[in-house]
Amino acid sequence: MKVLFFAQLREVLDCHTLDIQAQLNSVADLRAQLQQKGELWQEYLAEGKALAAVNQTLATEDTTITASDEVAFFPPVTGG
Amino acid sequence: MAQAHTDIDFIAVQREDFSLAVEYAKLCENNSRDGAVVTFTGLVRDLNQGRSVSSLTLEHYPAMTHKALQEIVQDARSRWQLGRIRVIHRVGRLQLNEQIVFVGVSACHRGDAFAACEFIMDYLKTRAPLWKKEQTDSGEHWVEAKQTDQHQARRW
Repeated sequence: MKVLFFAQLREVLDCHTLDIQAQLNSVADLRAQLQQKGELWQEYLAEGKALAAVNQTLATEDTTITASDEVAFFPPVTGG
Repeated sequence: MAQAHTDIDFIAVQREDFSLAVEYAKLCENNSRDGAVVTFTGLVRDLNQGRSVSSLTLEHYPAMTHKALQEIVQDARSRWQLGRIRVIHRVGRLQLNEQIVFVGVSACHRGDAFAACEFIMDYLKTRAPLWKKEQTDSGEHWVEAKQTDQHQARRW
């Protein structure tokens, strides 16, 4: 699946897009998997610190994901 | 730039500035059904969370922003009796005092128009994937989300 990062997350992790091949069932699974990539990933992808969207719609931790989905992680939004 | 224009809803995410007069006219023109038009315009201000701001850069998630705004507009329509709705959010680099966001709502009566305009702004501030980076005297900072915005959005 395609994983995108935005704003501060993109900068801190120095990563805009990732292609993840692993078999994962939910946003929580993907988050946990990504958090293993290092200390910054552990910290900045923590639940509450990074929101998630699946196929461009805000998701919760138990939202299911499949290989063809686009998942995005980003900080709480600050537009307006 | 993503844009959708149906007869009654207009949503745009754009770098270009917008004209309040033009937007207001589009809410009113040939619209004798509605007796109320409420508009909100958000501007770049010079002081935020104690820092002196010189400009802002707005980043967004292009594939999602338009969709998120559309969902918020639909949500507003399910809660109140509304006529026309226009939402414009700018992205990219913005200088002090520039316009950032516009929400305009027409309705038969003012109560619905006032409520929907505030609701759309409150939801936009907590659900639309846009992020502000401030350029200040002490360098660049990502703006942190405010608890008060979450509280405002939870009222509805």
